[in-house]
Order: sequence, then C-alpha cells, then structure tokens
Amino acid sequence: MKLDLILRVGTKLILPFLLIFAFYVHFHGDYGPGGGFQAGVIIAASFILYAIIFGLDAAKRVAPQAIVERLVPLGVLIYASAGLPAMIFGEGRYLDYGVYGHEFTHAHEWGILLVESGVITTVASTMLAIFYAFADRGTR
Amino acid sequence: MITFIQGVLLTLLAAITIAIVRQRNLFGVVILAGIYSFLIASVMMVLDAVDVAMTEASVGAGISTVVLLAALHLTGSREYPPAHAALLPLFVSAVTAGALIWGTAELPKFGVSHAPIHQNTAPKYIEDAAQHKMPPNMVTGVLADYRGYDTLGETTVIFTGGIGVMLIMRGRRRKSKGSDAKSKSRERSA
Amino acid sequence: MIEWEMIAYHYNYYITIFLMVSGLYIVIARGNMIKKLIGLGLFQTSVYLLYLAPGKIIGGTAPIYDKAYQVYSNPLPHVLILTAIVVGVATLAVGLALVVRISEEYGSIDEDEIFEQDEDQ
Repeated sequence: MKLDLILRVGTKLILPFLLIFAFYVHFHGDYGPGGGFQAGVIIAASFILYAIIFGLDAAKRVAPQAIVERLVPLGVLIYASAGLPAMIFGEGRYLDYGVYGHEFTHAHEWGILLVESGVITTVASTMLAIFYAFADRGTR
Repeated sequence: MITFIQGVLLTLLAAITIAIVRQRNLFGVVILAGIYSFLIASVMMVLDAVDVAMTEASVGAGISTVVLLAALHLTGSREYPPAHAALLPLFVSAVTAGALIWGTAELPKFGVSHAPIHQNTAPKYIEDAAQHKMPPNMVTGVLADYRGYDTLGETTVIFTGGIGVMLIMRGRRRKSKGSDAKSKSRERSA
Repeated sequence: MIEWEMIAYHYNYYITIFLMVSGLYIVIARGNMIKKLIGLGLFQTSVYLLYLAPGKIIGGTAPIYDKAYQVYSNPLPHVLILTAIVVGVATLAVGLALVVRISEEYGSIDEDEIFEQDEDQ
C-alpha cells in the first residue's frame, strides 16, 4: 500500500468531510433525512476506510479496539437510561420525553436527540467491532 | 413519469438478480450484491423513502460488502462446482411464486391515497407534524418518539449481534485437519 | 382477456415476488454457504420492497413536513424498514462469522463436502 499515493492523499482529504457529514446527518435528523442509524454507519465506514488504506494497526491507534468494544453496550445503556427520568420525575411512563423541558416540542426534541445519541454510539461501535473481528482473524 | 422510472429500475433489479443467481465466482457475486443494493436504494428513493434509501446505500452497499469481502478473504473465493440437478428447488420456487402472485390479485392498486394503509395511523402523524408536535421529519419522530420501545429493541438486537460476532471470532484458531484440507483446496484453485 | 392495467399497477409486486423467489431458490439449490447468505439477503430486501411499495402515494412527497405540500407518503413502513436494514447487517455478520468458523474447522464452505466429512467419521 506504500505506493498508492493518490489513494492515501485522497483518503486524508475525504475523511474530515465524511465525519462532519456523519454528525450533520445525526444532528439534522429532525429536519432532513437521516438520524442515529445512518450517522453511526457513516462514522464506522470512515474508520473502515482509514483501516483499509493505512492498515489495521494505524486504525487501532486512532480507535482502540478495547474502547470500541466498550462503546457497544454503552449506547444501549444511554438509550435505556434516557427513559428513566420520566419514571422518577414525571408521570411514571418509561421513555416519556415530557420531563426534558417545559414546552412540548422542545422537550421531545431533547428526548429524541438523547435517544439517537444512544443509537449512534451502538451502531457505529458495533459495525467497527465487527470489522475489527473479521480483520483480526485475517491478519493472525 | 415516476412509475416509468420505477419500472425501469425494477427491471434492472430483476436482471441483476438473475446475474447473482447464475454467477459462480463468489467475488463477482459480492460485487453484484453491491450493485443490487445501490439499485434498490434508488427504487426506495422513488418510493419516497429517503431515510431508508440513505440507510440502504450506506449499509447494504458499504458495510455489508466490506464484511462479505472480509469473510471471502478468510474462506477463499474459489468458484464452487456447479450444483446437481436443481429441479426440486425450481419447482418449490415456482409454486411459491404462483401462490404469491395469486395473492396479489386482491391487493389495492399501487400509489392510491385511499388504500387501507393510509387510513390508520398516518393521518395522525402528518397532523402532529403540521402542529409541531413532532419534528418535521416524521420518520425520526416516529422512530425515536412514538415507537421508542421498538427502537430500543432494535438497538438491543444490534448490540447482541455485535457481541455474538466478537464471541465467535475471538476463539483460538485450532490447527486441525481442517487447515490442511483448506490449504489443499487453495492449491487446487491456484 | 388479460387485464393489462392491473398488471401495470402490480408490476412492483411481481418484481418483489421474483426477488423473493430467487432468494428462496438460492438458499435451497446452492450448496455454498456465503452464496446462501446472499440469497437470504435477496429475500430480505424483497421484504423491504413489499413494505415500502404500499406506503407510496403517487403525487405525494417524502414524509418531511413543509407548508408547501399536503400529500405525504406513509412514514410508518419507512421506520420499520430503516431499523430492519441495520439489524440485517448485524445478523449477516453473525452468519458470516459462523461460516468462517465452519471453514476453519472443515476446510470447506460447501454443504455437500461438509456432509461427506461428517459421514466419514
């Protein structure tokens, strides 16, 4: 891979825009197409691109395998605990976003954003962990 | 016009499917599956499912192609021998297709607004979006708010899948008779 | 007399059924396990189409609210299928991981060869 100058430089140029696009898709999901699922996949795809061009070890220095694998359950935990404040402070209905603000629309937008953060964490880290698992098997 | 575009895309989809069925080189099959994913994403775009099209283009053509190629690297992508007489599978498929086509006769016409699917919950979602009770993108609203329990379940399934892959792939690779046979089959294909 | 109008209206259902049946055929007739998984994928995507096609209204627009539009396609199937796609790739990865382990153990991913090896023992 040392000789593929165009691929390496092109990847370096594309990567920041890929990540910015992923977060745009995540945070703009309320107003346009997109959301946590798509953004998570795009983030994972950008790391996979980095791993394919610069090698698995370089990718693991950027996103260490141990951290990626710990993020997988963390996303589910964020999602599941986003419903708890409604049970403690609200009317006792799980995943009722009314507790996150005084105004209906505002509160629900915060709730949706919180839940989508859980989704993006789990999806991105799961896809990356799957890729690491297969790539590890191949290089061993 | 839209139905014409959709007709062309669907016909291309059928052609790619035939190519996938007939192709025996697994590497070729994986690339054809990528093309298939992009085509079906275009069909979804024409069907107004923009969020789904985005997901299919990134997941179907991106991640699953990468994972399939990684698996091919580990198992060897040699062309597999032609299958034996495939009359029974062909018969089963033809009977299934006949039954399903018979079942479509009573389905409502494509694209009409008075079909039963549009009478149930959809008007409520559109009205709520109009009254700013949920975000303008109704798909996000329904996904994370109205059907939040569903999405929690789906996230848990993805988590379970990831854990499953890690558990299966982490195990120590055993040097058994299998590895000898594998190297032999590699030699044959080379 | 063939009802051409109905065939034109149901064209996407026929293609959906064709994709579904091709997936079924691959799963039954082909012995290679990766090919079988791709066949399952074909079957799965045909189900996506089966859900999405009835949600479309001709003359409607994508379900993103704007004052300029009155008619929207049904957002509910989109939600169901969006999550199904991402779950689909996770389950595909589990299947491929199992195939990789089988290949390491038997040296083959062809069904017939694996059955032969099992019978020899």
